[in-house]
Amino acid sequence: MFRRIEEDRRKPVEIIVEGQSITAREGDSVAAALLASGLEVRRATAVSGEPRLPYCMMGVCFDCLVTIDGMGNRQGCLVPVRDGMRIEIQKGKREIGR
Amino acid sequence: MRNEYDVAVVGGGLLGSAIAWGLGRIGQRVCVLDEGDIAKRASRANFALVWVQSKGLGMPAYTGWTVKASNSWAKLAEELKQQTGLDVCFQRNGGFHLALSESELEQRAETIKRLHNQSGGTDYQLEILDHGQVAKMLPHIGPEVAGGSFCPLDGHVNSLRLFRALHTGLARFGIDYRPEHAVTKIGYENGAFRLATPKGEIMAGKIVLAAGNTNQVLAPMVGLDAPMGPTRGQIIVTERTVPFLPHPLTTLRQTDEGTVMIGDSKEEMLDDSATNMPISSVMADRAQRMFPMLGRLNVVRMWSGIRVMPKDGFPIYDQSETCPGAFVACCHSGVTLAAAHAYEIAPMIAAGTLDRKKVGAFTAKRFHQPAQEKLNVQTH
Repeated sequence: MFRRIEEDRRKPVEIIVEGQSITAREGDSVAAALLASGLEVRRATAVSGEPRLPYCMMGVCFDCLVTIDGMGNRQGCLVPVRDGMRIEIQKGKREIGR
Repeated sequence: MRNEYDVAVVGGGLLGSAIAWGLGRIGQRVCVLDEGDIAKRASRANFALVWVQSKGLGMPAYTGWTVKASNSWAKLAEELKQQTGLDVCFQRNGGFHLALSESELEQRAETIKRLHNQSGGTDYQLEILDHGQVAKMLPHIGPEVAGGSFCPLDGHVNSLRLFRALHTGLARFGIDYRPEHAVTKIGYENGAFRLATPKGEIMAGKIVLAAGNTNQVLAPMVGLDAPMGPTRGQIIVTERTVPFLPHPLTTLRQTDEGTVMIGDSKEEMLDDSATNMPISSVMADRAQRMFPMLGRLNVVRMWSGIRVMPKDGFPIYDQSETCPGAFVACCHSGVTLAAAHAYEIAPMIAAGTLDRKKVGAFTAKRFHQPAQEKLNVQTH
């Protein structure tokens, strides 16, 4: 659905999404990197389990919630990617110990 | 003079709507006169426990009344679901009160013993458990938990959905719900009541004052008395998490939708437009010592609310001698007692008189007993 523009010359950043290595760009938010990856990155909502993708991309809608480096319910649109970051697509509610 | 309504219920919170729903259920013509959206509404701020343990120290009848209400709660949840399609998520899974030190645990055991000795007939199967016994039922407790009390009759509910279900039910029963109708004056003549509101006058054959702390002002207009002593409480709510807490606590519970609510503060102030940070900190700290994993969760909301609280903490149900047909009802536990209000109080009001055997102990006359007599009641 999303395609990176040819002129984008930012440095590549490697992140790991569900165990799979993905090349993002420096300055991407986690949510933007997930959308650009072309992978199935829909989370499942906490109450009804509805599939959702990041929506507002500015910290308001909470539809980009994702598990980052073992911590649940992070807002993917507010966290910049970092080399080696491990992302898990969150299915349902956050686990209390994570 | 013809009355439009058999009963006008003054107040549309949990207590007023439970009584009105009970009246509608037995075919009474009812209107509910309520404030608007900005009312200080305990029904939207409460902690949603259906709670038995520790109720009634100083008034044994309150223990029995609470157990009875709790026993009818499943029926209320089922009838509301049948009528409105709304599941209020009532769970009677047993509840805990946890102690964070040996002395807290001893104190708790002492309170329970005093309660047990006075209540005689009403057994509510309460047990004091040590750390190991609690850990079997609540595996995530922290090392500081010394133990706690467990009562199998305790439970909880989704109280916002209860509020919505009762109001949906009122509409189904054809009850006339009127918001922005705060009652300012009540007249009584020829066996009928005339209620003044900013949006006009309402006539009714009987009235039930269910206006929470405002009952204190309304009751004297019809020869009744409702001394109140409201307090402020605060609640902290976390983000949703997978179920980890199989039983509610007096101060902490996980809702059906996964959020964790932390509560139980008490302050002598009546401004519900702000929260007090030092109090929230103590609440959060104690919660985290009970369940260390809570420390990783984000807090998403905090609020304060004003408790409806009769002066001595026990419910008031009374009927007027000078204006027959006028009743007053107020209590702290609008959630726990909802089933008693719908199935016990409402039929009494329809019949025109409160049943002394069932609710005689809750008359406001108790506030006018000489001090010595009161003392005797408490030490029995």
